[in-house]
Amino acid sequence: MSKLAAYRRSPIALIVLLFLGLTFTGTAYAALQPTAPADGAVASATASDDVEEGKKLFLANCASCHGTNAEGKTGINTAGPSLVGVGSAAVDFQVGTGRMPMAAPGVQAAEKPVVFTDKEIEQLGIFIDSLGPGPQVPDAQYIDLVNADIANGGKIFRTNCAMCHNSSAQGGALTRGKFAPDLMNVEPKHLYEAMLTGPQSMPVFNDHTITPQEKEDVIAFIKNIEEGGNDFGGHTLGSVGPAGDALFIWTIGIGLLIAAAIWLGRKAA
Amino acid sequence: MTDDQLAVPEPHSTPASTGDADTIDRFQDPGLPAHRPRRADVDEKAAKRAEHQVSFMFTLSILASLAFAICYFAVDPNLRGRLIIIGPMNLYHLILGLTMAASLLFIGLGAVHWAKTLMPDTEVAEERHLQASDQAARDEAAGILSQGFRDSQLDRRPVLLALTGGALALFAIPVALPTIFGLGPLPGDALETTVWKRGMRLMIDPSGTPIRPEHLTQGSVIHVMPEGFVGDTHGEDAPSALEIMEVKATASVLLVKLNPGDIQSQKQLDWGVDGIVAYSKICTHVGCPVALYERQTHHLLCPCHQSTFDMTDDCKVIFGPAKRPLPQLPIMVENGYLVAADGFAEPVGPSYWERG
Repeated sequence: MSKLAAYRRSPIALIVLLFLGLTFTGTAYAALQPTAPADGAVASATASDDVEEGKKLFLANCASCHGTNAEGKTGINTAGPSLVGVGSAAVDFQVGTGRMPMAAPGVQAAEKPVVFTDKEIEQLGIFIDSLGPGPQVPDAQYIDLVNADIANGGKIFRTNCAMCHNSSAQGGALTRGKFAPDLMNVEPKHLYEAMLTGPQSMPVFNDHTITPQEKEDVIAFIKNIEEGGNDFGGHTLGSVGPAGDALFIWTIGIGLLIAAAIWLGRKAA
Repeated sequence: MTDDQLAVPEPHSTPASTGDADTIDRFQDPGLPAHRPRRADVDEKAAKRAEHQVSFMFTLSILASLAFAICYFAVDPNLRGRLIIIGPMNLYHLILGLTMAASLLFIGLGAVHWAKTLMPDTEVAEERHLQASDQAARDEAAGILSQGFRDSQLDRRPVLLALTGGALALFAIPVALPTIFGLGPLPGDALETTVWKRGMRLMIDPSGTPIRPEHLTQGSVIHVMPEGFVGDTHGEDAPSALEIMEVKATASVLLVKLNPGDIQSQKQLDWGVDGIVAYSKICTHVGCPVALYERQTHHLLCPCHQSTFDMTDDCKVIFGPAKRPLPQLPIMVENGYLVAADGFAEPVGPSYWERG
């Protein structure tokens, strides 16, 4: 019997073999898996090329839920709405904040690290625009916050946004596990696009119901909160309303009172 | 303290389970524990130290009060900074709060420490006494009262007695009437009606612009106020700020554009315009503004108590404590703008006695 055959019967052989097999499969998968093209590698000058590139990205990353023609699908784990006419603004918001592609089906797509480059997001947007007209990525003049009226933005925010997003834009709960996210540290562009397109549970605020100038005012108000403009009188305790304040008082406040009561009741040495 | 003041009453019957009746008759007064002198009572050095501690705390309080006064004027009210662990906050209010707290806290700490270490701590018992006066004093008081009754001849002149009582009783009227009617006028039909009437335009809150039906896209939501009560309200016959608040609290409306195919109620379709429907924003539970519209599920959620209304089925309640659906405002198009086709058909807002 050769040496190799002897080793083959050793119990360690099974573990070694398993390890080798897993390593090989993993390496092969990493080498062969479909990858998104790197930024600029296939950048092209013509619009039709952008549509083609966008379509490729769409087929590789989005079509499993939204359908190969973005017509939408219904199914338990692969239900996605039709994307015809949602416009590049919706694409820029959903993909640009990492909400799409979703990690797993659920009641709400959560914000997470962005997986595409700016160029790829633009190409996806151009492809979606080619399917039907929809809201566009906003002009720079409406997101630079120059000459924005913060007070007017506050009025509009309190009427239209505060009931879900909290009067300090810290977010809040909706029904059955859904929630309105907090609006701190969101890019002005994405705030604008969210109002314009109404992602997921959010209603739509088009240019007639809240004009572009008013949208800029709202964004300026949110940025003002970020800089502490809404924040007077000590610590905000998260600005989440009475629950946060009560938690602080019931633990730290009452704890101090109890300690004081014990000290008062003790005799001096 | 004597035995007879703290004595437990004699039991009416001896408990059945006790074998030795003598030991259970009454509890012995254990008295006070032996007095133990404090360190400051016996050691003059310790007393001096305690005095210094108390003086130190009062001095801290004085310094904190002065620091408060200086910071109140010297520090920039918008000064912000980042504290370790705690995070960014307005430092002006933090400084004022801390100095004010120290100013009061060290008075308290000093006073308590003073009382515990230096003031006398010998145990003192306060005796309790019977509350009733003795029989002689009570008889005398009763004698004075009946003497007065006889002297005023009330026992012989019943007409005087009745009229005195009647006059005193009716004096309640001049006191009670202004109190009751001072509560304000009766509500009249104010609970059943709002300012909405046929032909009144729907205006966007807060800008006050009128609304064209083609301006709404699928999933649009507009917060609406009746014409004349929103936007630029500074004209000749403009409503007062109080009137605007009242209108806001009763007549504000949520305008939503739905897909007409999703709407299950024929009345809801008929009272809307191409799937654009207007509903009262005042919750039928306790009157919070219901405005959390979820575009995908068409649920309308009240933030106060989570009452949930189904926007596609005439705003019927599907969850929560609200009992009635939200009232719908009938709307139509006039000269290209959305106007009310009529007022609300039912009272808006929470239930009340007559409504149940």
